[in-house]
Amino acid sequence: MDIIQLDTAKEFAAMEDAYECSGGDSSVLKMADVSNLVISGNKILSANQTEGVVLKKKSTESGVDIVLTIKKGHTIPNPVHLCFGVLPKEGLQQINVTMIAEEDASVELIAHCTFPNAEHVVHKMDGRIFIHRNASLRYNETHFHGDKGGVEVIPKAKVKIEEGGRYHTGFTLITGKVGLLDLDYEVDAGKDAICELNAKVYGKGNDKILIKEKVLLNGENARSVIKSRVAISDNAFAEFTGVTEGHAPYARGHVDCVEVVQGNAVAKAVPIVMVDNPLAKVTHEAAIGSVDKKQVDTLMARGLDESEAIDAIVKGMLK
Amino acid sequence: MNLEVGDCEIHSVIGPNGAGKSTLAYLLMGIGGYDPEEGSVRFNEEDITKFTITQRAKRGITLAWQEPARFEGLTVHDYLSIGAGGAGNVSESTLHHALEMVDLSPDNYLSREVSEALSGGERKRIEMASIFTMKTKLVILDEPDSGIDVVSLKEVIALIQDLKKNGSSVLVITHREEIAAASDRASLMCDGMIVKTGSPAGISDFFKNKCKPCDVETYGLKEE
Repeated sequence: MDIIQLDTAKEFAAMEDAYECSGGDSSVLKMADVSNLVISGNKILSANQTEGVVLKKKSTESGVDIVLTIKKGHTIPNPVHLCFGVLPKEGLQQINVTMIAEEDASVELIAHCTFPNAEHVVHKMDGRIFIHRNASLRYNETHFHGDKGGVEVIPKAKVKIEEGGRYHTGFTLITGKVGLLDLDYEVDAGKDAICELNAKVYGKGNDKILIKEKVLLNGENARSVIKSRVAISDNAFAEFTGVTEGHAPYARGHVDCVEVVQGNAVAKAVPIVMVDNPLAKVTHEAAIGSVDKKQVDTLMARGLDESEAIDAIVKGMLK
Repeated sequence: MNLEVGDCEIHSVIGPNGAGKSTLAYLLMGIGGYDPEEGSVRFNEEDITKFTITQRAKRGITLAWQEPARFEGLTVHDYLSIGAGGAGNVSESTLHHALEMVDLSPDNYLSREVSEALSGGERKRIEMASIFTMKTKLVILDEPDSGIDVVSLKEVIALIQDLKKNGSSVLVITHREEIAAASDRASLMCDGMIVKTGSPAGISDFFKNKCKPCDVETYGLKEE
């Protein structure tokens, strides 16, 4: 990994700029009543914890190890902001993160991952998320990549939701070129748990997008939705695998995948649904194809040309 | 066939199912797959037969589909802005006014998606609203009444008349006698041909009481 030569203040300012590029509001990173963590490469540039939030972090050779705990019974009023980035052209960033929402806790996390100058950057994230009884954790992650496509993003997460817990996650990568995305999330949903996994990715050039999301509905009345929206053009490749297994009575799951293909791009969708309890029910729908002709014709009849119409439709789908 | 729509005229096309009425609408809008095998489409003396949909739209021609498209992620605000020439070119008051024209509350609808979350009737109203944001010269409405209840039918007729008041010609594909009756002229279409053009009452009467399948050949392309 490159050694970052900038001093910390300049690096923080550069991360703020990158954070803005990825759609974040960098002013929140300086607010006393907002928990945050800003990491550039393996450097911790900023960390703030508010009441109910316990943030442990340790710099490692190639990244940072993090344990984030939301204490029992606390509802965190402001979203916790996380910012991960690699500013140089090359580098490896390995983030190992454990998130714990204790019983009856509630939190929203907003993460921005930014690699604006990447030519060969590897960003790996290994996550372990524990959502205890009746706790709620929302985690939305937005990526900003440069236009060179030199990024490998490899996020892996294992999530356990206890009785009555709620987990919502959104992964968005629609700005810049993807490079390689190899996302692999697995959720174990307990009794009365609710789980929603969303992914939105726009691939171009030679981007390669691999998304695997798996939910095990192990508890009675557990509910889940896996929703994926992928648009690819040029010579990009995308493969979505959505797995939902219903193992308990009254468990309900749904897998919903839409992939829009343009140019020479290739898309695959593999919904896998499995039920071994007669009272469980899991459904799926998947659609792959070009942009709907009637949608394009409608917007053209409002004055857009064909490429503008396709762009508006794809951006809407990924919004 | 030969069909002429006059300046600021409401012109209805009626006829049996399968007559080719919607095909005529698509052909006039330039929808791919509905190109004329022969003849020409002229608009204000200009031959637009080879024009794309966009080129026709930029000349003021637009089409409202019988079943409007759904757009996941696109809000009513986005959709109306497109009709008005893009988000940077439209005032909020224009969008509000367009929604009020179709009796929808801007506060309730501008941020909603033009998707399954809206009923077919709501999407039809929003499609009409998007037309009100455009500077149109010819609006083609393909069965604007389908999926609309009887009470709303009066509103549809009023909206068609509003388009005329705004300076548009309107070509309406319809099965509804009430809509045809509110037109300036009507044409009967059968088997891909315009059989007869004339007063709405005369054309409706002819269609209900005198028209038989063979009448296409018998009556030809006569003006009443």
